[in-house]
Amino acid sequence: MTDTTKSQPSTGLHAWLMSPTPQSITQARCQRSYVSWLVFRRNPIGMTGLFIILALLFMAAFAPLLTATNGLEPELANRLKPFSSEHWFGTDQLGRDIYDRIVWGSRITLYIVGLVSIIVVPVGLVIGTVAGYLGGWVDNALMRFTDIFLAFPRLILALALVAALGPGIENAVLAIALTTWSPYARIARAEVLTIRKSEFILAAQAQGASTFRILRRHVLPMCLSSVIVRLTLDMAGIILTAAGLGFLGLGAQPPTPEWGAMISTGRQLLLDQWWVPTVPGIAIFVVSLGFCLLGDGLRDALDPKNSGT
Amino acid sequence: MLTLVLTFVGLTAVTFTIGRVMPADPVLAVIGDRAPQSAYDRVYLEMGLDRPIYEQYGRYLNELAHGDLGKSIMTSQPVLEDIKRFFPATLELATIATLMGIFIGVPMGVLAAVNQGRLIDHVVRILGLIGYSIPVFWLGMVALLIFYGNLGWVAGPGRIDVYYNGIVDTITGFILIDAALAKEWDIFWNAVSHLILPATLLGAFALAYIARMTRSFMLDQLNQEYILTARVKGAGEGAVIWRHAFRNVLVQLITIIGLTYASLLEGSVLTETVFSWPGIGQYITTSLFNADMSAVLGGTVVVGTCFVGINMLSDMLYKLVDPRARS
Repeated sequence: MTDTTKSQPSTGLHAWLMSPTPQSITQARCQRSYVSWLVFRRNPIGMTGLFIILALLFMAAFAPLLTATNGLEPELANRLKPFSSEHWFGTDQLGRDIYDRIVWGSRITLYIVGLVSIIVVPVGLVIGTVAGYLGGWVDNALMRFTDIFLAFPRLILALALVAALGPGIENAVLAIALTTWSPYARIARAEVLTIRKSEFILAAQAQGASTFRILRRHVLPMCLSSVIVRLTLDMAGIILTAAGLGFLGLGAQPPTPEWGAMISTGRQLLLDQWWVPTVPGIAIFVVSLGFCLLGDGLRDALDPKNSGT
Repeated sequence: MLTLVLTFVGLTAVTFTIGRVMPADPVLAVIGDRAPQSAYDRVYLEMGLDRPIYEQYGRYLNELAHGDLGKSIMTSQPVLEDIKRFFPATLELATIATLMGIFIGVPMGVLAAVNQGRLIDHVVRILGLIGYSIPVFWLGMVALLIFYGNLGWVAGPGRIDVYYNGIVDTITGFILIDAALAKEWDIFWNAVSHLILPATLLGAFALAYIARMTRSFMLDQLNQEYILTARVKGAGEGAVIWRHAFRNVLVQLITIIGLTYASLLEGSVLTETVFSWPGIGQYITTSLFNADMSAVLGGTVVVGTCFVGINMLSDMLYKLVDPRARS
């Protein structure tokens, strides 16, 4: 019975993904992702988050097709129009369509979180894995260094840094990244400590693999799932900090349709044209919520041991 | 203790670096751009800018240790004096918000853990999610619009109505305490009316976090065997929850409350901007727009030190209360 299924694997993707004896590393990897996906799919909260984030990605990718204008050119004849079929979310003080600006602003939001992630994750992973794997004084020194950054006040430091480097998205990203990387180093180190003495690491060492190869091929992949969960949960905080800097006038500069800056410029209009600052606030809320929900779902799917909290 | 020292060194190293890499010339900030070259050179030497960097850093630390944070260009007063004036407002706001978070959030978290899966549990979960996702400055604006603009239930931005300014002597800097000491009850209630909205707002964020953490700590405890033992021995449900489980949670809660308080101190920057609250956050941001670097860095050092200090203090308290953490 088992012989026939092995020699003649039943067709279909599901069967290939659920086969008890994967034939290749690729198949094994796909299987693991598939099982996680099956767990994740049953979680309505996580799916809601995924839907929101996919919608955000869609908006950012097809912004030119979804909008009539680029959201930058003033159109003073159309100032401060309320909701209508022509202007779904009304227009702002310069007559720009708020819906168009929200859609284009999604690119900026993604740009910020993307940039922060590609700085923070590699730095955290490298410092954490090296510290955990090598141990001894290297571990001590690196972890003290990490502790210092862990104890820093995020927003205040970002303020000071932006004050020195000048306002702008890239400087805001740098400031956020500087105060965000340290938890990743801690997570990576903790993961490494639990697997450092495992047999598969010993096996790799016995085969003569270099430290660098062991770290890259065997240790790093083990940290990835906790790092991804943490990153997704952190996204909301990153978006809020960036929006806060934008609101203070220290992040993206006008006329860039950054959502925090849009709230800031629409602030005086709150009493009479409430939609101008309100709509971008809702956009920030929905996207942050999406990342929170997605992170919750991912944690349950990838990291079953922590699902209770 | 070593970590405390290192963290402080790290913090000052960062503020020092920011002060140096900043594009503007620190000498010009002191003497203005029309001073003759000779004056420039003299101030350049006086500020020790010709010295090696480590020596300048040592000098900077020495000045900090003596409470010298430099002079503010904006107010032309020592930065420390300015901060002494602005900091109590922030402290007052953050303290009241944290107290709200503790007195409402902790019972809510306990109730949510005991009634897992019921209404209160969902409320805590949703509050937590909202607390993590909503921009505080935006919520503040909307709250101001509704409760001050439309309903008129509370006083508007600022710490006190303008015509009450300067009547009460500053003793502690906390306007509620000062007004009560002077028995100026009109002013006291006016200050309460100003304080209530920003404090509730910050308090809601503190509450969301504290309730969520209390819930998860309580669940950890309630699933342990000693709880079962207590129940088997016939202890009442109230005693099991409050005398057994909650007392063990208390230790972890100290750390969480410390973290909340520290993050409210720094997180009030945005709230203060929205509510025109004359606290340290507003001091830092307005100085920033006036390119008043010593004021910005002075504020950063003070807030950073409080932040680090509170975190360390809660760590130490933790060790004091929990014998297992002492080793």
